[in-house]
Amino acid sequence: MKLETTYMGLKLKNPLVPSASPLSKEISNIRHMEDVGASAVVLESLFEEQISHESQELDYFLTQGTESYAEALSYFPDSEVYDFGPDEYLKHLSNAKEAVDIPIIASLNGVSIGGWIDYAQKLENAGADAIELNSYYLATNPEISSQKIEDNYVEILKAVKSSVKIPVAYKLSPFFTSMSAMAKRFDEAGADALVLFNRFYQPDIDLENLDVIPNIVLSTSHSMRLPLRWIAILYGKIEASLGATRGIHEGTDAIKMLMVGADVTMVCSELLRNGIKRISGIISEMTKWMEENEYESVEQMKGSMSYKSVAEPAAYSRANYMKALKSYI
Amino acid sequence: MKRPLVTIDGNEAAAFVAHKINEVIAIYPITPSSTMGEWSDQWSSEGKKNIWGTVPTVTEMQSEGGASGAVHGALQTGALTTTFTASQGLLLMIPNMFKIAGELTPTVFHVSARSVAAQALSIFGDHSDVMAVRSTGFGLLASNSIQEIMDFALISQAVSLKAKIPFIHFFDGFRSSSEVQKIEQLLEDDMRTMIDDDLVFEHRKRALTPDNPVLRGTAQNPDVFFQGRETVNPYYLACPDIVQEMMDKFEKVVGRKYKLFDYHGAKDAEEIIVLMGSGAEAVHETVDYLNAQGANIGLLKVRLYRPFSVKHFVEAIPESVKSIAVLDRTKEPGAIGEPLYQDVITALTEAQTEGILPTKVFPKIIGGRYGLSSKEFTPAMIKAIYDELKKDKPKNHFTIGINDDVTHTSLDFDSSFSTEGKDVIRAMFYGLGADGTVGANKNSIKIIGEETENYAQGYFVYDSKKSGSMTISHLRFGPDPIHSTYLVNQANFIGCHQFVFLEKYDVVANAVEGATFLLNSPYSLEETWDKIPQNTQQEIIDKKLKMYVIDAYKVARETGMGTRTNTIMQTCFFAISGILPREEAIEKIKGTIKKTYGVKGDEIVKMNFSAVDQTLANLHEFKVPQKADGKEKMIAPVPKEAPEFVQKVTAEIIAGRGDNLPVSLIPDDGTYPTGTTQWEKRNISLEIPVWDENICIQCNKCALVCPHAVIRPKVYSKDLLKNAPSTFKHVKARGKEYGDDIVYTLQIAPEDCTGCAMCVDVCPAKNKQEVRLKAINMAEQPPIRETEKENWDFFLNIPEMDRREVNRTNVKGSQILQPLFEFSGACTGCGETPYVKLVSQLFGDRTVIANATGCSSIYGGNLPTTPWAKNNEGRGPAWSNSLFEDNAEFGMGFRLTIDKQNEYAKELLEKMKSELGEELVKGLQNSKQIDEVGIYKQRDRVEKLKEKLNGIDSSEAKHLLSIADYLVKKSVWIMGGDGWAYDIGYGGLDHVIASGKNVNILVLDTEVYSNTGGQMSKATARGAVAKFAAGGKPAKKKDLGMLAMSYGNVYVASIAMGSSDAQTVKAILEAEAYDGPSLILAYSHCIAHGINMEKGLQQQKLAVDSGYWPLYRYNPELTAEGKNPLVLDYKEPKIPVREYAYNETRFKMLTKSKPEEAKKLMVLLQEDVNEKWHLYNNMAKIEFGEQKA
Repeated sequence: MKLETTYMGLKLKNPLVPSASPLSKEISNIRHMEDVGASAVVLESLFEEQISHESQELDYFLTQGTESYAEALSYFPDSEVYDFGPDEYLKHLSNAKEAVDIPIIASLNGVSIGGWIDYAQKLENAGADAIELNSYYLATNPEISSQKIEDNYVEILKAVKSSVKIPVAYKLSPFFTSMSAMAKRFDEAGADALVLFNRFYQPDIDLENLDVIPNIVLSTSHSMRLPLRWIAILYGKIEASLGATRGIHEGTDAIKMLMVGADVTMVCSELLRNGIKRISGIISEMTKWMEENEYESVEQMKGSMSYKSVAEPAAYSRANYMKALKSYI
Repeated sequence: MKRPLVTIDGNEAAAFVAHKINEVIAIYPITPSSTMGEWSDQWSSEGKKNIWGTVPTVTEMQSEGGASGAVHGALQTGALTTTFTASQGLLLMIPNMFKIAGELTPTVFHVSARSVAAQALSIFGDHSDVMAVRSTGFGLLASNSIQEIMDFALISQAVSLKAKIPFIHFFDGFRSSSEVQKIEQLLEDDMRTMIDDDLVFEHRKRALTPDNPVLRGTAQNPDVFFQGRETVNPYYLACPDIVQEMMDKFEKVVGRKYKLFDYHGAKDAEEIIVLMGSGAEAVHETVDYLNAQGANIGLLKVRLYRPFSVKHFVEAIPESVKSIAVLDRTKEPGAIGEPLYQDVITALTEAQTEGILPTKVFPKIIGGRYGLSSKEFTPAMIKAIYDELKKDKPKNHFTIGINDDVTHTSLDFDSSFSTEGKDVIRAMFYGLGADGTVGANKNSIKIIGEETENYAQGYFVYDSKKSGSMTISHLRFGPDPIHSTYLVNQANFIGCHQFVFLEKYDVVANAVEGATFLLNSPYSLEETWDKIPQNTQQEIIDKKLKMYVIDAYKVARETGMGTRTNTIMQTCFFAISGILPREEAIEKIKGTIKKTYGVKGDEIVKMNFSAVDQTLANLHEFKVPQKADGKEKMIAPVPKEAPEFVQKVTAEIIAGRGDNLPVSLIPDDGTYPTGTTQWEKRNISLEIPVWDENICIQCNKCALVCPHAVIRPKVYSKDLLKNAPSTFKHVKARGKEYGDDIVYTLQIAPEDCTGCAMCVDVCPAKNKQEVRLKAINMAEQPPIRETEKENWDFFLNIPEMDRREVNRTNVKGSQILQPLFEFSGACTGCGETPYVKLVSQLFGDRTVIANATGCSSIYGGNLPTTPWAKNNEGRGPAWSNSLFEDNAEFGMGFRLTIDKQNEYAKELLEKMKSELGEELVKGLQNSKQIDEVGIYKQRDRVEKLKEKLNGIDSSEAKHLLSIADYLVKKSVWIMGGDGWAYDIGYGGLDHVIASGKNVNILVLDTEVYSNTGGQMSKATARGAVAKFAAGGKPAKKKDLGMLAMSYGNVYVASIAMGSSDAQTVKAILEAEAYDGPSLILAYSHCIAHGINMEKGLQQQKLAVDSGYWPLYRYNPELTAEGKNPLVLDYKEPKIPVREYAYNETRFKMLTKSKPEEAKKLMVLLQEDVNEKWHLYNNMAKIEFGEQKA
C-alpha cells in the first residue's frame, strides 16, 4: 500500500498531518506524533499579536509605578534577556526540528501588513520546512470594501512569499464571495498550497453575567462538508496543493478528502479529544479501507471524486442544494 | 587598559567594587541602601564573577540584625564578606559590629548614611546612623562624591585586610547614593593590585575550621576582660598610617590622590570649615569661587573619621588658620557639641598639650549642624558660615539652612548668592512618575556623560505620595567636574512635562533671566498662553524666558506611547539646548532607546523611534506676548476653611515651601493632627466614576473596594435634600428597614479620586439596555469637577447614620459607616487600603493603631497630609509608627496600657463607689460593650462619671478622671506588611500572639517588600520573581496562618476581599470580637505584582479559585463549643494555579527570562497548592468535642 503524497513539494510518507494546535507546544507531543505515524506537523500558530503586543505588555508592567517614589524606583529585578513569544517560538521550532525527522511546518497568523511578516524569514532560518500562513480578517468596519479586504489577503501572501524560499501554504476562511476567484488569485500570487478551511471560535453569551465569552467547540465529522466541497471544486483548477482540514476524525473522512483532491488531510479535534495515538488509528482505518476496496495508493484516489472527475459535477454546486432539500421531504 | 567612563549613581559605584572583592554578601533592604544589594544580587544571578573568578553568594536575610549575624559568621569562617545598609538597619547591626571589631576581623560595610528616626522617620540622608556606631570599633571612612565612593570602596577593603580593623565606608544617603555622575570606573586589575592576596589568605587562615579547631567568643570575667579589650590598641594606632599607605598605593595605581584629611583652599587661609560627606563638595566649590574673588579661606575634608588621627589632622591644618567652623550632619541632643566638633576640639587641645598645635594661636572653634535629612546645603549657606567665622564672636552651636526662631541657633544667609559656573547647563524637569521623565533624564545624562567631553550630574526629587506623584529632575552638564551637591536653583532650562503642574506650582521660579522654558501643552499654540496662570505669565515675561511648546500627549498617543511622553520631551530638550548637534543627538537618543528597550523586543524600540521622529515636527517656538493678561489663577494649596495648623504648616509643605517653615511652627514632639488629606485636593485623575442611580442595587461593593475612600454611600431622610444642588443624585433606599422617606446617595469625591476604576470592575449591576455600562462608570473629570465638588460638599453635610442603627455585619451595612481613613497617598488601585479603611469604619472611633514601617506607614503617615481621620464627635483612630521590626510589640504595649488603665480605673471606681453612686459604678464595671449600643451606653456612663469627678477634689478623682475613657472598650490594631510579619518582625509577632493579649493583627500581605521596591520576603510565593529572587523564588511561601493556629488560642483568618467580601467583613468582626490575639492575613494585590491594578480584585478571586490563597477562619471559641475551630471558606481548587499566576508579571516574566525554570517552579507551585488544600481540608474535617473520643 502506497500512502505517500506530495504536499507543496514536500514528500510525505502519508497524507495525515496534525494541524496547528496547542498539542504541538510540547516537543514530547511532536515526538509522539512522529512515532504514531504523522507525516509532518504544523506547529501551533505564532500570532501577530504575540509579536507586537507581548513585549509592549511586559514593558508596561515592568515600568508601571517606577521612578515615582523615592523608596521604590522599580519593582522588579532587571533581566538581561527576555524571550518573547516570537523568540520562544523560534527556539521551539529549532528544538522540534532537532527532535524529529518529519517536516515541520511553522504557522504564522496575522491580518495586517506589518512587522510580524518579517518573522517568516526568521521561521525559515530557524529550520521550518514550510510556512502555513493563516489570515482571518473579521470585516467589522463598514468603511472597508470587500475588494480592499481581498487585496489585503493577497498582499500579505505576496509579502511572505517574497521573504522566504520555503513553500508557503495559505490557510483560508470560507467567507469569500467568490472562493474560486480568490483561490485563483492566491494561486497566481504564489501560494504553494491552500488549506481549506480554518475554524473560527465563535463567542457565546453568558446570560448570568451578561458577558461575551469564548466558547470552544471541537469539530465533528459533519464539519468536513464545507472543505470537502471546495476541495472538490478547486481540484485541478489551481496549481497549488490542497490541504484539507476540519472534521477529519476517521480513516474514511481522510479518504473522502483525498478523493475530492486533497494532498494532505489535517487533524486536530480528534487528537485533542482522543489523544495523539489516534493518528495511527486513522492511518490503519485508511489502510484497511483501501485494502478492502483494492486501492493501491493515495495518488490513485487523489481527486478521483473531484468536481471534474464525477459524473454529475452539479452535485457539488447548486443542484446538490436542491437535492439536499428534497432529501428531507 | 583605559578605564571606562560611566555615568552611575553612588550605590552602583559602591556595589560595583564590593561585588568584585567579596565572596559572601548578606543583605536586607532598607532605603536608600537597597539598590546596592539589588545590584549585587542581579550581578550574581547573571553569573558575574569577582576578581578571583567566582560568583559571590548573595543572600537576603530576615533583618539587618540577621544580615550582620550572617556576615559575622561568614567572616569567622573565612569568607570575604560585606553588607549594605543605612539608618535603623545599621543600628540593628551594632551588637555584631562590636564583636566583629573586637575579634579584629577585616570587612567593609557600605552605608548610605540616613537619618535615624526620632520625632519622625525620614528616609533621607545625614550622619546620625554612622555617628551612632562610633564606639563599635569600626573604622569610619567618608566618601564625598560618586567617584570617591568607587575609590574608597576599594581603599577601605585594602585597609581593612591589612589593618585587621573592620570599616564602615559611608556616603550621604540620596545626595550621593542616588546622584548620577560621570566617573571613571576602576578596572579589575586595579582591584587585584590593591587587594593583597596574602592578606586574603591570612584572613582565611583565621577561619573557624574543625581541621584546625580554635575557640572564639569566650565569656570573660573581671580578671581579664579589661586587658583583653586593650589588646587591640596597636591595631588602632597603626591603622591611620595604613589608610594613608593604601591611599598612596591607590594614587600610584589609579592616579587619584587622597589624604586622611584633605585640605583645599588658600595656603594662608584664616577661616576654614571642617566637615565630611557630600557637603564638602559644595564647600569646595564655594571656596574656589570666593577665593577667586579675593577671599582667603579653606576647607578640611575629613576622610578617615575613625580611628581619628590627631597627627594627620594637625598636619593638614595651615598655620595661618584663626577660626574653624566644624560642621556635623547629625544632632546629638544634650551633648556639648556634635561628634566631629568635639573631636576637633579634643584633637587641637591635645595638639596644644603635646606642643604640635599647627596654628600660631589656638583658633576659635565653632560647631554647627547642617543638612539633616538631606536638607539643602548650598553655597549661600556656606558663605554665611565663612562670614560668621570672620566675626569677633561667631555663633557657636549654630544651625544653617533653617530658620530657628525658638532657640535662635540659625545663621541667616542670602539665598540669592550663587556659585554656579557660566558654562554649566542647569536644567530642571517637572514630570509625573508615570510619564517616564526621570528615566529619560537618566538616559540624557548617560548620553551627555558618555558621548561628550562634558561632565554630567543628575539628581532626582520624588513626591511623598505613591500615586500621581510629581518628580523633579535636576541636571547639570559642563566642561569641568561638578561639585554642586545641591539642587539646581538657578536653572537655565526648565521643562514642564505636565501642564496641570502650572495650576499648583510656580515651575519657573528657579529660572534665571533669559532661560529656556519647554512646556508640554495639550492645547493649541494659540490657546496655550491663555491657559497659563497669570502670575506665571508675568514671571515668564519678566524673566525674558524663551519658550517652546509641544503637545507631547498627542505625539505619544499617535505613536502608541500612551501616557509616556519621556522620549518625546527628551528629544525636545536636545533639540532646543543644542548641547549636541541635533542629528547627532537624535542618533544618540535612538542608541539609548535601543540599549534600554532592546531587551524587551523590537516593537518597543520601534515605537520609541517613531516618537522621536515625530517630535520635532510638533515642537514650536512660542513668541511670548508682552502682556500677562491671563484669567487663570494658581490654586491655593488648601481651602480657606482648613484649620489653622493646616493653613500655616501643611499648606506650605504642599506648596513646596516647607524649607521656609521656622522651627516654632513644627510640633516639638512629632505629634500631628489627623484627618489632613481632606484639605489637599490633588485632582490627579482625568477620569472619575459617575453613579447611575437607576441601575444601582445599593450593594455598596464599590465603596468597600475603593482604595482611597472617595466613594461614599449615605442613607438619610428625604427632608435633608431641601437645599441640594440641582445635580445631586438620590434614590429611594433599598431595604425593608427603610421607610418611604428614606433615600440613598452614592457620592464620589471628585478631586480625591485617583482613577483606578476598581469600583467599576467590581460593580455587579449592568445596564439592561447597554451592558457595557454599570451602576458606576468612569467619565472625564474636568467637565464635572465643579458640579461634583458642590455635590460632595453637600453630601458631607448630610449627617452620618447613627452607628447603633447600622447592621455592620454585612458588606452593605459596613459601608454605611463613615471611613476614618481617607484619600491616602497609596498607589492607584492599592490592594491594602480597602482592608485598612474597613477596619477604620468598623472600629475607628475606638481604635489605636500600631503600624509597622512600610507602605502602610508611608501612605498612613507621610507628610504633608495624612489619611487617618476623625468623625463629627472628634473620635477616630489614633495612629503611630514605631519601627519596622518591633510593631507587634509596640502594639502590645498599647494593649498593656489600656488593660492596666482599665483595671486601675475599675479599682478607683470601687474605691469611690460611695461618692459616685453604686448604680453608676456597677454599670461602668459590668458593661458588656459587645456592640455599638453597649459602647454608646458606656460612653454615656463615662460622661456622667466625668461630670461627677469634676466636682470632687481628691487625688483619686483626678486620677480616675485622667483614665476614665479607658472604661470604654478600645480596639488595638497592629498593622503592617508581610516583610514585617513574616520576616523582620516575626519573632515579636510570634511572642505577641503567644501572649494571649487582646490585639488584632492585620497583615497586608503583598508577598513582597512593596515599599522598598519589591524585594522577596518569606511570604513570596514559589516561582514568583522578586528582587533578590531574580530567578524565581525557589522556596515555598511560609504558612504564617498555620504557625499561628498551632497555638490553639489565636484567632486566625485568611481573607481576600476580591474573592469574598462577605467573608472579609465577617473575619474582621470576629477577630475584633475575640478576646485574645487575632491574626488576619489579607491578600493584597500590589503594583509590585505587575498587574493591571483595575483588575486586582479579579486576581484575588482567581487566587482563591485556584487554591493559591485559601480563605478560612480559625476561631478558638468554637473549640469550647465542641466544634472544629477551623472553617474553610473556599472550595476545592477549580482552576490550575497557572491560570491565576500567569496574569501577573511576577510569575510571567520568568517564562520569558528562564522558561525552563518557570515550568519547573510552576509544577512545584501547583503541588504546594494541592498539598495546602489537602491539609486544610482534612484539618477542617476533624471532629471535635464529644465525638472526638
